[in-house]
Amino acid sequence: MVNYIWAFFIIVGILYSFFSGNTDIINTEIISSASLSVNMILTILPIMCLWLGLMNIAKESGLLEIISKKISPFIKILFPEIPKNHEALGLICSNIVMNMLGLGNAATPFGLKAMKSMQSLNKNKDIASRSMITFLVINTASVTIIPTTVISFRLANGASNPADIVLASIITTFLSCLFGLVLDRICYIIWRRKYVYS
Amino acid sequence: MYIANIILPLMVLGIVMYGVYKKVDVFDVFIVGVKEGLSMSLQIFPTILAMIVSVNIFLKSNLLQDITIYLQPIFNFLNFPTEILPLAILRPISGSSSLIMLNNILSTYGVDSFIGRVASVIQGSTDTTIYILGLYFGSVGVKKIKYSLLVGLLADLSCIIISLIVVSILF
Repeated sequence: MVNYIWAFFIIVGILYSFFSGNTDIINTEIISSASLSVNMILTILPIMCLWLGLMNIAKESGLLEIISKKISPFIKILFPEIPKNHEALGLICSNIVMNMLGLGNAATPFGLKAMKSMQSLNKNKDIASRSMITFLVINTASVTIIPTTVISFRLANGASNPADIVLASIITTFLSCLFGLVLDRICYIIWRRKYVYS
Repeated sequence: MYIANIILPLMVLGIVMYGVYKKVDVFDVFIVGVKEGLSMSLQIFPTILAMIVSVNIFLKSNLLQDITIYLQPIFNFLNFPTEILPLAILRPISGSSSLIMLNNILSTYGVDSFIGRVASVIQGSTDTTIYILGLYFGSVGVKKIKYSLLVGLLADLSCIIISLIVVSILF
């Protein structure tokens, strides 16, 4: 699936640029986007190192375990496949909390570690597990309480009260995340049925 | 915004203090984590490069902009504000492009306009679905992603519709 999406963007993009006469732009874009990814990894790298360093302290001191135990009953409803008090729950929780605070960059390392942890529980390493999909649905729906970037953009554009959209944002993000989770459950049940009968 | 400024230092303080309290070799343990971060960054770099190259080729081909123009009459008919259409389409694909689009909308239609508010809410309450799926699944080598893309994109769509309703009720 990832293979198809990736190829789709490239093939359709280049073919359409021939059609619309945008070839010059695409020509430079291919090279410059590759160097753009280096810039991106350079901005992510220090934050990633810093947070994984701090998280390692939290893990060694048992703080992560305490957090996972506290949040376990709630998260367990969403992730029934993950064993109780498993490390993955603490990581998922840290990722969600960081996203809620609008600290997307700090959320990424926790999310990647959570995926790694869930992959170790996964029976078939090529196929996405149920918990992984639920986790990514929460991530893409991005439950954000303080949308920091948006507020700063509104401030820059001269809003009298740049944070006035926060309430609307919270309502929207929770409702769309809830919708995503319900849909995730429905798809899981349909998928499992198809898989069992075929 | 200000709350976020306090929370971050508080979290760092809390983690380090608890580590010291539990007699963990905080410095050494921190270094081990940093090393892990280093190798993890190197590990996700190929995925990031692949995603950025393919998404950028697609974006710069102008296909999306052209589609938006053709779709306009349909959305006008549905009473959907077409001004936010480019943002709505870009949001699941590219975080940086949709931020630029948000900035355009805010400066063209005004921060406190209906369009400006809806655009802000959409940008703030959903994330770059395709990038996240590519990065996270790519990082652990999962190839078959089942129904995750479908659910992710439908959740994004629901976010757009909900934001229109919520903003028109609240403001």
